[in-house]
Amino acid sequence: MPNCKTVVPYRGTPEQEEELLRFVAEHKGQPGGVMPALQKTQQIFGYLPEEALILVAEGMDVPLSELYSVASFYAQFSFNPKGEHQVSVCLGTACYVKGSADVLEAVEKKLGIRTGSITRDGRFSLDATRCIGACGLAPVMTVGGDVYGRLTPDQVGAILDKYM
Amino acid sequence: MKTIDQLEQIRAEISAEMAPRFAADRAQGVERHIMVCAGTGCTSSKSLTIIERFKAELEAQGAAEHNRVVRTGCFGLCAMGPVVLVYPEGIFYSHVTPDDVPEIVSEHILKGNLVERLLHREADTGEATHHLEDMEFYKPQMRIALRNCGKIDPENIDEYLAVDGYKALTRILTEKTPAQEIIDAVKASGLRGRGGAGFSTGQKWQFAANADSEDGVKFVCCNADEGDPGAFMDRSILEGDPHSVIEAMIVAGYAIGAHQGYIYVRAEYPIAVHRLEVAIGQAKEYGLLGEDILGSGFSFDLGLRLGAGAFVCGEETALMTSIEGRRGEPRPRPPFPAVKGLFQRPTLLNNVETYANVTWILNHGADAYAAIGTEKSKGTKVFALGGKITNTGLVEVPMGTTLRTIIYDIGGGCPNGKKFKAAQTGGPSGGCIPESLIDTPIDYDSLTAIGSMMGSGGLIVMDEDNCMVDIAKFFLSFCVDESCGKCAPCRIGTKRLYDLLDKITKGEGTLQDLDTIEELCYHLKDSALCALGQTAPNPVLSTLKHFRDEYVAHVVEKRCPAGVCKDLLRYDVDPDKCKGCTLCTRICPAGAISGVLRAPHSIDHTKCVKCGACMETCRFGAISKH
Repeated sequence: MPNCKTVVPYRGTPEQEEELLRFVAEHKGQPGGVMPALQKTQQIFGYLPEEALILVAEGMDVPLSELYSVASFYAQFSFNPKGEHQVSVCLGTACYVKGSADVLEAVEKKLGIRTGSITRDGRFSLDATRCIGACGLAPVMTVGGDVYGRLTPDQVGAILDKYM
Repeated sequence: MKTIDQLEQIRAEISAEMAPRFAADRAQGVERHIMVCAGTGCTSSKSLTIIERFKAELEAQGAAEHNRVVRTGCFGLCAMGPVVLVYPEGIFYSHVTPDDVPEIVSEHILKGNLVERLLHREADTGEATHHLEDMEFYKPQMRIALRNCGKIDPENIDEYLAVDGYKALTRILTEKTPAQEIIDAVKASGLRGRGGAGFSTGQKWQFAANADSEDGVKFVCCNADEGDPGAFMDRSILEGDPHSVIEAMIVAGYAIGAHQGYIYVRAEYPIAVHRLEVAIGQAKEYGLLGEDILGSGFSFDLGLRLGAGAFVCGEETALMTSIEGRRGEPRPRPPFPAVKGLFQRPTLLNNVETYANVTWILNHGADAYAAIGTEKSKGTKVFALGGKITNTGLVEVPMGTTLRTIIYDIGGGCPNGKKFKAAQTGGPSGGCIPESLIDTPIDYDSLTAIGSMMGSGGLIVMDEDNCMVDIAKFFLSFCVDESCGKCAPCRIGTKRLYDLLDKITKGEGTLQDLDTIEELCYHLKDSALCALGQTAPNPVLSTLKHFRDEYVAHVVEKRCPAGVCKDLLRYDVDPDKCKGCTLCTRICPAGAISGVLRAPHSIDHTKCVKCGACMETCRFGAISKH
């Protein structure tokens, strides 16, 4: 999965940075405080920008390399920004045996991007996710907060058109 | 902060209010409780809108005063969602949409007429069943861990109190029950860890209680990092009954001498996380968590830690490393967590479902629990039933129930008349069980004996359209992705296994490869550091054992019997059925189909990309894949 340093310029605002610094100050020195700090960073910026990670490292007095080591371990953290519309297709077992791999392929075709990347205009990003737990609706795809269940590959086009 | 008397008062008041939910019949003047499932499955199909709509509609039709809408946890029958249950009659409505709400209110709530079209219908007979307890899906079930799911509002601590919640804790704290007595009760119940490995819970508590800590600090942790794809038992318990887990953790803290607990929960479960936050907040407000609980002198605090999408963190040592804020890599055992766990202190770690059972045991007695189940596996087990099954959902059955009961009686069998092929238990660590073993009574030991494992309780059903080699490859690709990379056997071994399986699904495998796969599996089992690597070969070994003919078909005949592996597929035109309409020649993206009008067409297999577009387009069913 492409998860290297992003080419998208950093767009963090002073307010966002301030919010992050406040959180960091509260959690400095707390045992196991690194993960919550990374989760907060991602919540504020939508991904982990290098500029923000430097703030966290300095604020918590933790080497930047250690932050990178932890962040790169977990699938939830991304060094790349996500699209305006985040499309995820569930590849949990229940969805997989009901054909979600074909649904994912249809989404890739429709958006013209590979799983784990973002469209050039930054509007759509596509991920394959682990089980989201809506197994009763398998196979499942989510676009932002909207859930689409019991999908067949030929329904994908019309669904994505709504967001185009 | 509440006193014990105040808690008793809340119990009495709220259980009187909740009476319609437990009443046998509808009596004059009794109000109705409209229970709407707000678990993840039903929420995904707009159940929150349904709740709002009910409130608005009751208001509009002037019935708000005598009827209540209750948001609940999962009822279990996710395939029929969104689900609405109306008490006191106990009428079960399935596939409800927000637009159905006005009719339910005007007909059922106001006039007492059932809305027939929304009643649940049995999959086999098509007959409408009115009541939950009459449904085929619920009849063979026995709900202990899920006892409150669907019965109470999970975001209201008062409703939990009303169903005897925090009663065990109150009793233990007021009577100052000796810790050993509690541990003995858990031991006597025969409860075993519901996370998968099945270690005796009582023993675990004993080890943690016996362990010395230099500075007296110990921890109680809850493993809610339910990473098995297709498993959602723990999530449903946290969403439907978070307080039962919290109460058990406080009791565990009392029993082993710990004052701090952590729940490590998947960040992918936003609803469960929210309900836990609410529940912990309410417990603190009532003085059931924090300093000097109910004035007993015992203190216990609870914190939430969110996982970040790493399957290996479900392994106990990796989970603790992750709580410590580091890369979630496992470490060798011993020392076991009970001796040296979180932050190097003795730590008790149990799974969500295990804790949910503990509170029941404390309330009903160890003997009552030990009376359920098989000789070595006591109690019940929750399974997340998914895949090619009619009644997808959450089921809880006594240990020793056969797969046949779960799949056919409760699950309703495979949909669309397809033939059952295999059931997969234990996720990426488990194996596939073929039809010939479907009468095996399920418990920890019987599943291990047939090459699978209990795992956390995911149960995925597969029909004739699923290729077992492809399924083995799917689970391995999961393990390749999720291997943390710390030990070489898992990091390299899973990848090499995957490559070999990939070769076979592409039709390039040899019979020699099958032997190599088997050998590699056993090496991996013996040498990997943690359970992830040690169990990763299970799906491969069990499919090789029970479905070897499918592997051989891929290798020798270069054919995928289920028609799943794309590289082995062949599309052909049946010249008798083909009318020569040329539609497929135009739709084919590779230009692989040739033919003239009104003469049978043919497919050039060197050009065909196996997209299946021709088969979908053909109006005469003349194209087949095999």
